[in-house]
Amino acid sequence: MNTATLASPFPRPSAPPRLRVLPGFRLTLGYTLAYLSLLVLIPLAAVFLKTAELSFAEFRDVVTAPRVVASYKLSFGMSLLAAAINAVFGLMLAWALVRYSFPGKKLIDALVDLPFALPTAVAGIALTALYAKNGWIGQFLEPLGIQVAFKPLGVLVALVFIGLPFVVRTVQPILEDLDAELEEAATSLGAQRGQAFRHVILPIVFPALLTGFALAFARAVGEYGSVIFIAGNLPMVSEITPLMIITKLEQYDYTGATAIATVMLILSFALLLVINGLQAWTAKRTGRDR
Amino acid sequence: MAGATTLRLNTAGSFGQTRFEARAATRETPLVKWLSLGTALTFFAVFLLMPLIAVFVEALRKGWETYLTALIDPDALSALRLTLLAAAIALPLNLVFGVCAAWAIAKFEFRGKHFLITLIDLPFSVSPVIAGLVYVLLFGAQGWFGPWLAEHDVKIIFAVPGIVLATVFVTFPFIARELIPLMQAQGKEEEEAAVVLGASGLQTFWYVTLPNVKWGLLYGVILTNARAMGEFGAVSVVSGHIRGETNTLPLHVEILYNEYQFAAAFAVASLLALLALVTLGIKTWIEHRAAHAHQDLHEGQS
Amino acid sequence: MSIQVRNIHKRFGSFVALDDVSLDFPTGELVALLGPSGCGKTTLLRVIAGLESADAGQVLLDGEDASGTHVRDRQVGFVFQHYALFRHMSVFDNVAFGLRMKPRAQRPSEKQIAEKVHALLDLVQLDWLADRFPAQLSGGQRQRIALARALAVEPRVLLLDEPFGALDAKVRKELRRWLRKLHDELHVTSIFVTHDQEEALEVADRVVLMNQGAVEQIGTPEEVYRRPATPFVYGFLGAVNLFHGRVDGEGLRVGDARLPRQAGSFGEGAEVLAFARPHELDIVVDADAGASEGIAARVSRVLAFGITARVELDGVNGAHGQHFEVEITRERVERLGLAEGQAVRLLPSHLSLFESRQAATTAGAAR
Repeated sequence: MNTATLASPFPRPSAPPRLRVLPGFRLTLGYTLAYLSLLVLIPLAAVFLKTAELSFAEFRDVVTAPRVVASYKLSFGMSLLAAAINAVFGLMLAWALVRYSFPGKKLIDALVDLPFALPTAVAGIALTALYAKNGWIGQFLEPLGIQVAFKPLGVLVALVFIGLPFVVRTVQPILEDLDAELEEAATSLGAQRGQAFRHVILPIVFPALLTGFALAFARAVGEYGSVIFIAGNLPMVSEITPLMIITKLEQYDYTGATAIATVMLILSFALLLVINGLQAWTAKRTGRDR
Repeated sequence: MAGATTLRLNTAGSFGQTRFEARAATRETPLVKWLSLGTALTFFAVFLLMPLIAVFVEALRKGWETYLTALIDPDALSALRLTLLAAAIALPLNLVFGVCAAWAIAKFEFRGKHFLITLIDLPFSVSPVIAGLVYVLLFGAQGWFGPWLAEHDVKIIFAVPGIVLATVFVTFPFIARELIPLMQAQGKEEEEAAVVLGASGLQTFWYVTLPNVKWGLLYGVILTNARAMGEFGAVSVVSGHIRGETNTLPLHVEILYNEYQFAAAFAVASLLALLALVTLGIKTWIEHRAAHAHQDLHEGQS
Repeated sequence: MSIQVRNIHKRFGSFVALDDVSLDFPTGELVALLGPSGCGKTTLLRVIAGLESADAGQVLLDGEDASGTHVRDRQVGFVFQHYALFRHMSVFDNVAFGLRMKPRAQRPSEKQIAEKVHALLDLVQLDWLADRFPAQLSGGQRQRIALARALAVEPRVLLLDEPFGALDAKVRKELRRWLRKLHDELHVTSIFVTHDQEEALEVADRVVLMNQGAVEQIGTPEEVYRRPATPFVYGFLGAVNLFHGRVDGEGLRVGDARLPRQAGSFGEGAEVLAFARPHELDIVVDADAGASEGIAARVSRVLAFGITARVELDGVNGAHGQHFEVEITRERVERLGLAEGQAVRLLPSHLSLFESRQAATTAGAAR
């Protein structure tokens, strides 16, 4: 102990072997990477490689054909609209679940996840039955001159259905974590209830709300099962982009299908980056871990 | 991207009056409360509740007999068998992957970790139709391995292996995504403590890590199962819709529906809806359990 | 068992956590690693345990190089800062864990395990909690269970990371005394990490002071407190008054004041840092005779609760902008008739001098 520091009688030994405290790093990471590559990355790369067989002009012709462009407009337009509707009503629903007590609350809280768990084909035929002319909801809309099933509006309804839990489940935990004292502080400083919501609550919830919006949008753009039953699938009117891929495939136009898939994939990757950024922002704003 | 689907284990469920309603500053005027509550619940009823009820009502529209006939139809039973088979293969594969990925990511530091998490999320953001397409490009008749497979008389596309592959792809991230945040939040001090006390790697995982994440793992498994059994778009692309051979339950629903056998279609659909309800029931039970365990402990302490 | 560390280096990215640290820990002693947060003390503890591997250097346990030995096989007991109790296991199962993980051939029977666990729980005086879960325990109880768990495998050394860090003041004091008593009973070579100087001085046989990845001083509590080897140690162990000055013949010139000094090997005109503990300063009222020496100051507050009084002062004239703290008896305060705002002079009875160049950087890191 009294042989103090610095000048040591021992020559400095070379670096000792690194022993990891917890085992299995190489094995698990290696397996993860291999499995990921085999099942996801290499197959996805196939899409880009297949597309590369096309010249740029051919690629452009496929992905900008009028029928395909009409499908983008429908898919992206309705997805944005559905995500916006979900942002508004999803926030209200999350608010109600966190802030109010009412009978059946637990049941409703549990059922919010239904669109995650319900097979999309089931949702598709159920929504179609509801909104058809003689359906429970359709029969009331018909006299008003509103047709939902087999029209672009039907696409919107299906996309609202599948996107709802994304917004609710992203916003809800943030609302739950909100400290009531924040609003008490705002009130004690003279803020009206509306002001407190606008200036205190909304800024805290906003990143999460935007994340939920982006998640709902991303899911909606790629959605297939719940939409095709209710959409009617009329060329130029109510065909969604994923359906265009299927149509091309059924005609054995693999390159055509792949070209459209490339466009969608690039959009998906971009959205994924945006969502990651948003989640990091949420985490920063609220001090929560992702 | 799966953040929204993960289990909420630490939020004690608020029953009865919420803490927000108990305080003057966070209490709404009755008008505001009933307006917003009414709007939210109406939206919920129209968009979520009614479709669910519609499935069961439509299924039973022609009576129990038609309902049961639709379910014991040989094509329906063969679709059920295939659905169970696909889930039974996809589930353990993704389970092993999920546990490995979560262990590597949550317990070790390495470069590119965030990128890896993003890659694991990829299948969430890819349209299920594309998930099917990629395997057609690889293994289809015109695909990269198509000629070789044809030569060796192996069928993947329009056959069971293709359906399994597509199912694995779309359910790929669920278990990993459920476990990663849980295991990260847990840190590695308990594992280190176990190792200092002489536990081997497997012992550490089995006795220390697993008990702490078992509920999240269970939820990941049932969610994977629900999605595997219910997948439609991806499977539709690779299946070829051969009745009695490559039809899964969701595809069988589609066929019946397109043949205007609505009652039968909804009857089969009601099976899948039940599966969804059971899944949500288990999820709620897990969350409830966790919340109670949480509360009990805290009460016991004071 | 003795522990030696030789030339340990450890970096995290660009941060140097340990910079060529060599230490000997003799058998049976209770040693404190003391220093501010980020000084490398916890890293050193984890390197000794094998939870962290050093970039270079050796850890010798009983004279044998342990660098290639996995933490699992080092037979060390480690008590984590936040205890790391297994939250899904009862107290009993936590303590039994290490015994149950042994290979079948060495594993005691469940009956032996139960006996041993109860004996350990008796030792930490918590046998009545055997069936509880960690979340149901208070901080102090968790701490003791963590210790019992570490002791169950009969470790050759006991390493404790900030053992009292997460506890409130009263429990801390109790546990401190208890740990000391326990060590006197068991005599296991023990090292604990702390940032609390009082804790280190009170509990340990020896104190290792660390700063910025290096060892500043080693010694008994008495030694390090009475004879700090560096300005850092001086500043870290207790309150201190600091003067920047220059050697001027037999005295020390601080600003426009002159102070007497003890003999020392400083050249004429050398820049020095002078330290005086609060009790080493005396207050002289200006009216007193011979008040040419000392630093001019003004009383800002007099705190006289106990037998000693604490006087806080602001420097004036040359010492403007500095604050001083003096500890004198209450009797003397009354005799001097100190009042707020009064002009006085400060005279050190003892000054510790350090050459200014080396001192400037390290003193900054001290509180």
